[in-house]
Amino acid sequence: MAKITLNDLRHSYMADPKVPADYALKKLDVEWRDGGAYALLGPSGCGKTTLLNIISGLLIPSHGQVLFGDRDVTKLPTDERNIAQVFQFPVVYDTMSVYDNLAFPLRNRGVSEDQVDKRVRIIAEMTDLTGMLKQRASGLSADGKQKISLGRGLVREDVNVIMFDEPLTVIDPHLKWLLRSKLKELHQRLGTTMIYVTHDQTEALTFADQVVVMKDGEVVQIGTPVELFEKPRHTFVGHFIGSPGMNIMPCNVKGGEVAVGGTAISVDNASALSGKSGAFELGVRPEFTTFAKSGLPVQISKVTDTGRSRIVDARHDGRSIKLLVEEGQLIPDGSAFLAFDKAHAQVYADGWLVE
Amino acid sequence: MNKTVNQKAWFLVLPVIILVAFNAIIPLMTVVNYSLQETFGDNTFFWSGVRWYEDILHSPRFWASLGRQLFFTFTILFIEVPLGVAIALTMPKKGPWVSVCLVLMSLPLLIPWNVVGAMWNIFALPDIGLLGNWLNAVGFDFNFTRQTGDAWFTLITMDVWHWTSLVVLLAYAGLVSIPDAYYQAALIDGASKWKIFRFIQLPKMKRVLTIAILLRFMDSFNIYTEPKVLTGGGPGNATTLLSIDLDKIALGQFDLGPAGAMSLIYFLIILLTSWIFYTLMMRNEEQ
Repeated sequence: MAKITLNDLRHSYMADPKVPADYALKKLDVEWRDGGAYALLGPSGCGKTTLLNIISGLLIPSHGQVLFGDRDVTKLPTDERNIAQVFQFPVVYDTMSVYDNLAFPLRNRGVSEDQVDKRVRIIAEMTDLTGMLKQRASGLSADGKQKISLGRGLVREDVNVIMFDEPLTVIDPHLKWLLRSKLKELHQRLGTTMIYVTHDQTEALTFADQVVVMKDGEVVQIGTPVELFEKPRHTFVGHFIGSPGMNIMPCNVKGGEVAVGGTAISVDNASALSGKSGAFELGVRPEFTTFAKSGLPVQISKVTDTGRSRIVDARHDGRSIKLLVEEGQLIPDGSAFLAFDKAHAQVYADGWLVE
Repeated sequence: MNKTVNQKAWFLVLPVIILVAFNAIIPLMTVVNYSLQETFGDNTFFWSGVRWYEDILHSPRFWASLGRQLFFTFTILFIEVPLGVAIALTMPKKGPWVSVCLVLMSLPLLIPWNVVGAMWNIFALPDIGLLGNWLNAVGFDFNFTRQTGDAWFTLITMDVWHWTSLVVLLAYAGLVSIPDAYYQAALIDGASKWKIFRFIQLPKMKRVLTIAILLRFMDSFNIYTEPKVLTGGGPGNATTLLSIDLDKIALGQFDLGPAGAMSLIYFLIILLTSWIFYTLMMRNEEQ
């Protein structure tokens, strides 16, 4: 086990990349703490799988280094890196029994049979496969097969990192939840570094201590779920995480004063604003937006009841601003005024948080 | 709700019935007809029951042909299937060479069977053929028109040349359909090349290989044109396979009765063996 460091990592699938758009990964500098539970979150095509394959050695990056501890493994083949990876779609060895499937990674490394047996039984217990150990793997359902894949990823004790590439895609919704908490529990028990790739924010936020948000081959923010929620460093993070996402509205900045359409708004990062330029936007989450006696004038256009709370779609200057209203609170008709929680309102310049 | 019986549906399947009747049932029944009767050539027939069948089954000549046929079929299966798989494994999975390889592989399959026979006949002739002449030049006493072993060698080499491509193409189709994730998982699991073949590639190729074996079995058991042109069954009867023997009885000696009986026995052997093959392989699949 070791800390994993990515140093100035870049990768392009093209032979001769020139402009930044040619890169699937643009300059990454990330450090993964030993024993951490990380989630790699981002929309499809943002470079998550590329990054994973570089760490596992299935892909050699065009630039930069991958370090396990102090050891440079950038060009090392997969089997010498001692890592485990679980793929999006279940991979099982059809002709083997469930037991032999789980034992396969150990036997290939010459582990003694009694040690193999011990590990396989522990892992089978963890993944609820004990009753099926003697069955042929090909006869299992999709989620049974994915459990085998998970089990094969977990069976070796000494791996540097276990990586999951959207492992729950093929799993039924009710089992998804179960397996997710199982993985979390396994992480606490095994203490192995785990990297979990997903485009589903719920999965990422429930699994990980640290979430790495990616967009277009770049890391936009690394932080705890709370940090991502309260202080998104980029409007993309604000919008991508949370349901509904963060309200983003263009604003004017003069000196330290912020105004949206003539209404002055007090923001958290006002002190950092002087001397900054760019296209300014105000970002406030619906959770921190409330109705008030005075403030930003809006028209209420739609109310959606989600059960526990209601999502109000208000409009200012043709732009939608959403707010979450708890049950029991009154929603004014027609026109209203909005106030924003100062501590959770921040200004972004060209998409990035002004700091 | 009551279902009404409507016999009109029969009219809809009638065209198919007529088509099948003309290209399969009527010719087959003609053979059945011959096999149960005796004729002296002036279109008069006498009922002879199962006598021809008994004759054929008691004839050493039939069993000898069947033996040669089985030897031929199993030899080419043992060579073509592993060889085909081996070639498919070495073929590139992507890039411009894929189409080059595929075209090269398909070439033998596109050549008419009698041309294949004629080609190899000339190719292997000891005096003027490239192969035959060269073999003699390097010190082998090679003459496929006189020596049994040489005739078999040429016959089998010809079939391997002609038909291994079919196994290659089928095995290749099976190989390229394996998702990359399997190979990546195997790398991560630390599997050796042999284990990747044994536990991923071979199981994933099983279906197509079943079809390849079945097709090669049926085709090689039916083979007629190529050996007919290459050796004509000779030297002597050394390469007289079932179909060539049948041809000699039916069209050489004009013994229509025994030939009919032999055809049907021949047909039943292929049908039965194919069915057993298929059932065994598919049952394995389900387990």
